[in-house]
Formats: sequence, C-alpha cells, structure tokens
Amino acid sequence: MPAFDFCKKEKRGILFTEYMTQKKVSVFRHEHFNAAHRLYNPLWSFEQNDAVFGKCNNPNFHGHNYELVVKITGVPNADTGYVMDLKQLSDLIKQEVHERFDHKNLNMDTAEFKNLNPTAENIAVVIYDLLRPHIDADKDLQIRLYETPRNFVEYPA
Amino acid sequence: MVYLTRLEHFNAAHKLYNPAWSKEKNDAVFGICANENWHGHNFDLFVTIKGKVNEDTGFLFDVKKLSDLMKIHVIEKLDHKNLNMDVDFMRDKMCSTENLAVGIWQQLAPHLPQGVILHCVKLYETPRIYVEYYGE
Repeated sequence: MPAFDFCKKEKRGILFTEYMTQKKVSVFRHEHFNAAHRLYNPLWSFEQNDAVFGKCNNPNFHGHNYELVVKITGVPNADTGYVMDLKQLSDLIKQEVHERFDHKNLNMDTAEFKNLNPTAENIAVVIYDLLRPHIDADKDLQIRLYETPRNFVEYPA
Repeated sequence: MVYLTRLEHFNAAHKLYNPAWSKEKNDAVFGICANENWHGHNFDLFVTIKGKVNEDTGFLFDVKKLSDLMKIHVIEKLDHKNLNMDVDFMRDKMCSTENLAVGIWQQLAPHLPQGVILHCVKLYETPRIYVEYYGE
C-alpha cells in the first residue's frame, strides 16, 4: 500500500474518533404500563381532598395507561457506536418499572407510594431513582411520563 | 347514507374477576387483570352514527349534540370511576371491554332521534387493544 494512502486513512480514522467523542447523542426507549391510583392527602379531610384533587380523589380509585419515555444522553461508545444498548435499557425498564407498577394499584400494591401521593410528578421521580443506579454515571437520564395522551411530566426538569 | 364518528375519552379503574370462581381460577383465566386491588386504563370511545344528511343543515346530526349525549349518558358515569364498583349499568356484569362496549351502546341508543341510527361503538382499552360492537 503506498505510504500516502496509509497516512490519509490513518488521519481520517483519528479525525473520525475525535469527531465522535465530541458529540453527545440522546437515545430513547418507550414503554408502557397500566395502573389504578387515587390522589389524596391522608392528612386532609375528605372535603379538602375533593376540593384540591376533584374526581381524582374517588375512594374507589380510577386508572390510566401510562406511557413512559426514558431518555439517555451521552457520547456514543467508540467501539459499538451505542450510547446505550436499547435492548438492555428495555430489559431494565421492564425489571424496575413494569414489574413493580403494571396492572397494580399504585396506592395499595407498591412500597414506593405507601406514603407518597402517586401524581405523575412523583411517579416520574420514583422511576428516575429506580433506574439511575443501573445506568452508567457518565450518561444523563431523563424521564418523560404520560398519564394521558394530553398530560405528561418530565424529570429532571 | 353517511357515517359520522365522535371520539370521547375517560379514565377508569377495573378488574377482571368472576366472584363465582376461586381466586386461583380467576388468576389462571385473567392473569394480572385479576389483581384484587384493580388496575386502570385511559379509554378512548369512538361512537359512529349513520343516516341521511338533512338538506337544510347539511348535517346527519349536530355533532355537538352527539358529544353532549356521550358526555351525559356515558362519560359522566365512567370517567375517574371504578367500573366494577361505581357504575350502575355495569353492576353484576364482568367488566371486560366487550361488555363495556355493549353497555355503552345500551346507554346511548335510546337517546338518538328518529333517523339517526347508532352504527358502532368502538372502545379502546389501550392504544393496542380495542373492541367494536354493532348492536347485533
């Protein structure tokens, strides 16, 4: 191989690696779970709960199809081109979120919401805390949770 | 003949549980849907009517009136409710999406004026699961 061509290829390789290490990319995984819940503050009277939480305070509960979008941000790995293997992320969400919350009553069936009002805000923070220890420290994590197609929250803000 | 569809939505808790059966049999048949403490869904309800277009208005039926009928006779009874416990027209029935679609049909049909025919109740339990009922 002529020396000139070799140098050119090598240079392009180095440039490519430098180029990639400067670029942060976000990858997303979409999962869903169905659950019942009730919004109320046990320290308040029923009337005050009704005034603040309205029909969400129904003592017999109501429910939602929650849609969860998990966002991971970081520099793609030089060897794989991945920020994170999305199959691994999917498995992690199933294990940490789906198993805990799917087809459950969030108030009655989960340890996380025994003493925490299961608003979409609080559910997003809980999911973040469940996933964060399993994701590389050099990657950013953000949770977007749809309670309905029209109501959704993000954490961290 | 023209077909007109209105979409409304409601959120509710339910469980699939036959009280005549043991807990084991309910678990075997209904799986996670038999959770005794309920689970829930965002339901999307498509109601389709059919009929002839009125020459004066160009309408089959004022869709605002269809929306109001759906809200009064269906949505107010189901939204943010426990389908097993809170809903008069589902009492003593299995709270499957199939039965709920039939119940919704029975709630709406008597309130439509002459010449406006209820054609289909399409009910989405999740974005991936829905049933259709044509009154047959």
